[in-house]
Amino acid sequence: MSKALALTGNGACAFAMRQINPDVVAAYPITPQTTIVEEFSSYVADGLVDTELICVESEHSAMSSCIGASAAGVRVMTATSSQGLALMWEMLYIASGLRLPIVMHNVNRTLSAPINIHCDHSDSMGARDSGWIQIYSENAQEAYDNTIQAVRIAEDPKVRLPVMVLLDGFVISHAIDRVEVIDDEVVKSFIGDFKPIYPLLDWENPVTVGSFDGLYGYFFETKRMQAEVMERAKMVIKKVGNDYGKVSGRSYGFFEAYRLDDAEVGIIVLGSTAGTAKVVVDNLRDKGIPVGLLKLRVFRPFPLVEIVEALNHLKALAVLDRADSIGSFGGPLFTEIRSSLYDLSMRPLVVNYIYGLGGRDIDELQIMKVFSDLQDIQETGQAKKAINYLGVRE
Amino acid sequence: MASLRELAKKKNLLTGGHRLCAGCGASITIRQVLLASNYPLVCGVATGCLEVSTTIYPYTAWRCSYIHTAFESVAATISGVEAAYRALKKKGKIEREMKFIAFGGDGGTYDIGFQALSGALERGHRMLYVCYDNQAYMNTGIQRSGATPLGAWTTTTPAGKVIPGKPNWRKDLTACVVAHNIPYVAQASPSHWKDLVSKVEKALETDGPTFINILAPCPRGWRYPESKTIKMAKLAVDSCFWPLYEVEEGKYKLNYQPKEKKPVVEWLQLQGRFKHLFKPENQAILEKFQANVDKAWENLLALAQKT
Repeated sequence: MSKALALTGNGACAFAMRQINPDVVAAYPITPQTTIVEEFSSYVADGLVDTELICVESEHSAMSSCIGASAAGVRVMTATSSQGLALMWEMLYIASGLRLPIVMHNVNRTLSAPINIHCDHSDSMGARDSGWIQIYSENAQEAYDNTIQAVRIAEDPKVRLPVMVLLDGFVISHAIDRVEVIDDEVVKSFIGDFKPIYPLLDWENPVTVGSFDGLYGYFFETKRMQAEVMERAKMVIKKVGNDYGKVSGRSYGFFEAYRLDDAEVGIIVLGSTAGTAKVVVDNLRDKGIPVGLLKLRVFRPFPLVEIVEALNHLKALAVLDRADSIGSFGGPLFTEIRSSLYDLSMRPLVVNYIYGLGGRDIDELQIMKVFSDLQDIQETGQAKKAINYLGVRE
Repeated sequence: MASLRELAKKKNLLTGGHRLCAGCGASITIRQVLLASNYPLVCGVATGCLEVSTTIYPYTAWRCSYIHTAFESVAATISGVEAAYRALKKKGKIEREMKFIAFGGDGGTYDIGFQALSGALERGHRMLYVCYDNQAYMNTGIQRSGATPLGAWTTTTPAGKVIPGKPNWRKDLTACVVAHNIPYVAQASPSHWKDLVSKVEKALETDGPTFINILAPCPRGWRYPESKTIKMAKLAVDSCFWPLYEVEEGKYKLNYQPKEKKPVVEWLQLQGRFKHLFKPENQAILEKFQANVDKAWENLLALAQKT
């Protein structure tokens, strides 16, 4: 039995955390993540969860405490944003290198300077190489669904990697949306009991966690294994997405291909902008223009084969990046998408639009402009400009 | 507490064969600390000599559970371990009484780990934090820290032609920790093993966060022969540079009063890192050093009398 509630994105995340009932949560408040921690704290204060809540003095300590608790052998969650994620950066690699199944919300917000509290994906894109699984959400419903799936994915014995669930700051986190939640008991049985592996608290079998690796040690092999495990996680993510469909009626894959199969030009985007883009796609389709959308959900591991399969028939493709990689050639999503299409003998022309930095609104008109550019590219067979900035005052 | 004979028979949780230097004050200190426990332990260690030398994969010198994460994070890491323990205890999934110790050097405690330490103390985790203070960043090659004393040569405060060693006095970390109003704070030295072991015992029985700052002489960094580590520790205590005291629920207690307070130069002159201070032009630094020690000692006596 599921029921529909009116929840903010953050409220939906906190609601899922209550149902998951983690053993330890260590977190530090930061806009726009704060209300996740606030709402979860009230669940703790009201005795609705058994969680030991550690209100740490920084995000660095939040992740350090999560690592300690996870290595000790319990289910652990946290949440952050922006500067908080940046402060955790050192510890992110330690969490993944130690193969600890920590689940964390990152409510996407840009990075200073100038200081700005609004959404873009600079924070999580900065952590893309940290060995964490990254799952992006389009709306509050997906933030809720992704949270529950993240626990199963992280803790799967074939994976044992930390998972970051991403949702756009304010756009999703603070907007009230209709969210269908599943029953507490269903969540409980879906995620199952936490099964520790070599826990510190097994006092009869002491373990050393976080050994020093000498010059002739096993560092490279460990990283190679992480890469292998990340690859293996794809199967698990797929299976968990299907299984979740059975209990909720909402199945998930690596991405959502929206009216893409017979499209001639398309755009690819992460997060809440997909919602706006769908409206534009529908409007253009109504006029008989064959456009489509790929909303990427799982950015790490990068679903290379499936993405190429979904995009290879397009004549032109625009990659929308809500983060820049200053000094590179285009945003992080663009360079990866374009590179992934390189091996095709016939490939779409790919252009990049960097948009929405620091919370700059992205509206239907801007996306219409992208599609109109794509039609020009399709007709002329050439892209005038590969890297474009959308909605900026130049 | 156990007698020396009994302690000597106990299984040491830090085995031999680790790669700390001959004469290392840290390993002596840590072994004394571990001998004081009769509980299963989880120890966290900050990045530093102790960490890199005792856990070179695939070996480990630790017979109890051990975790290292990063340099500044041991207090937070052990906070997490302790919270996990409480979570399991609450649910009846673990019954055995366990104890949690965080070890950090002075770099990892006075400096980069200070914030995490302060936070963990304020939150009230039931853990013991032990700082093994060897007065510089020894692991990276003797750079100055907040614990390095005035005038000391280090590789980042060399005894130069214009600046003769470290220009600043040291941070009184023990006093900083006392200001957190936690139930038990102490200073100890491996030269006074009985005092050290009984302090650890007391800390482990305390319900709440506890902290012990332990002087751990370093032959490499202090420039003295490896065989003199305990002598160095003892002279630091006898000169009142490193007083042995404890603060229990805010009440100060002096644990050891030297019969004759030795001039601090007796300690300084045996260490190569202070050699330049004995040039006539640096006489004022020695005087200032002695004056700082005297002032701190008198303050401590007054606090012990007052409370």
